[in-house]
Amino acid sequence: MHELSVTQGMLDIALEKAKEARASRITGINLVIGEMSSIVDDSVQFYFDFLSRDSIASGATLSFTRIPMQVRCRNCGLSFTPDKSLWSCPQCSEWDVEVIAGREFYIDSIEVE
Amino acid sequence: MKVKVLQNILDANEQMANRNRQMLDKEGVLAINIMSSPGAGKTSLILQTIARLKDRVRIAVIEGDIASTIDADRISGEGISVVQINTGGACHLDANMVSNALDSLSLEDIDLLLIENVGNLICPAEFKTGAHKRMMLLSIPEGDDKPYKYPLMFTQSEVIVINKIDFLPFLDFDFTAFHRAVTGLNPNVKIFQVSCKTGEGIEEWISWLESELRGY
Repeated sequence: MHELSVTQGMLDIALEKAKEARASRITGINLVIGEMSSIVDDSVQFYFDFLSRDSIASGATLSFTRIPMQVRCRNCGLSFTPDKSLWSCPQCSEWDVEVIAGREFYIDSIEVE
Repeated sequence: MKVKVLQNILDANEQMANRNRQMLDKEGVLAINIMSSPGAGKTSLILQTIARLKDRVRIAVIEGDIASTIDADRISGEGISVVQINTGGACHLDANMVSNALDSLSLEDIDLLLIENVGNLICPAEFKTGAHKRMMLLSIPEGDDKPYKYPLMFTQSEVIVINKIDFLPFLDFDFTAFHRAVTGLNPNVKIFQVSCKTGEGIEEWISWLESELRGY
């Protein structure tokens, strides 16, 4: 539900980077979003189309790379994608894991002209 | 042409959160961001905390709600400074809203600032406010499986308070399974069990708060 403020932040960063690169138009924004972030792609696109309409990013395509949640067992070191309702290590059965992927939330790059 | 960016989308919020933290530190205010589902008991726990601490700790409260001043009215009835933030539909408090609220408080006259976030287990976990501790309140009727459904909230919180333990005889809440899931992901988390209704367990929570205030 917070896609509006997130999209505004994303647009601000993209416009600033395009300005630094002396670009006249932004044609694409490549986003990397972890599965643990509660962001809905369609909703971001919807707000983006609205917020960017009078800017050099108007009409830009957003592409989303989704990173699945991944954890590492602190006991045996195995990295695995946890089951939705079970976070114990499939190798040693320990419940001591740290999140190593799935929290990403950044702009990887922009496509400009 | 491709331009590499590699910038966190929430950077602006995090910078503002850092500024809030500096303001709080400058005036020696310990701030706690309280997050939970609607109805888990955030306001009740705040009222219990005020009742036990207000004679020796100067407390202020920031109340975040989508609409209404019901919670703020309950708290100001206790003679405590309270700032209401109506987010107007936004599902969480962000650092900018908290910054505006800080401007209307006399921080030099406050020891402890309790920030009641909007009732929601998803979005508040994404947005830092500048508070020193993030506290998550879970109530027994919500069930022991919540860590699996809202992993970000459970990994981001330094403190988890489980409220409504007076419901335990009537519901199947498996504490062992809950602890295993939470501490597996977040090994340093502090967990308290309380009932704001009967007062059970509140003293342990208060002792922890007081030790944090001393250590701050």
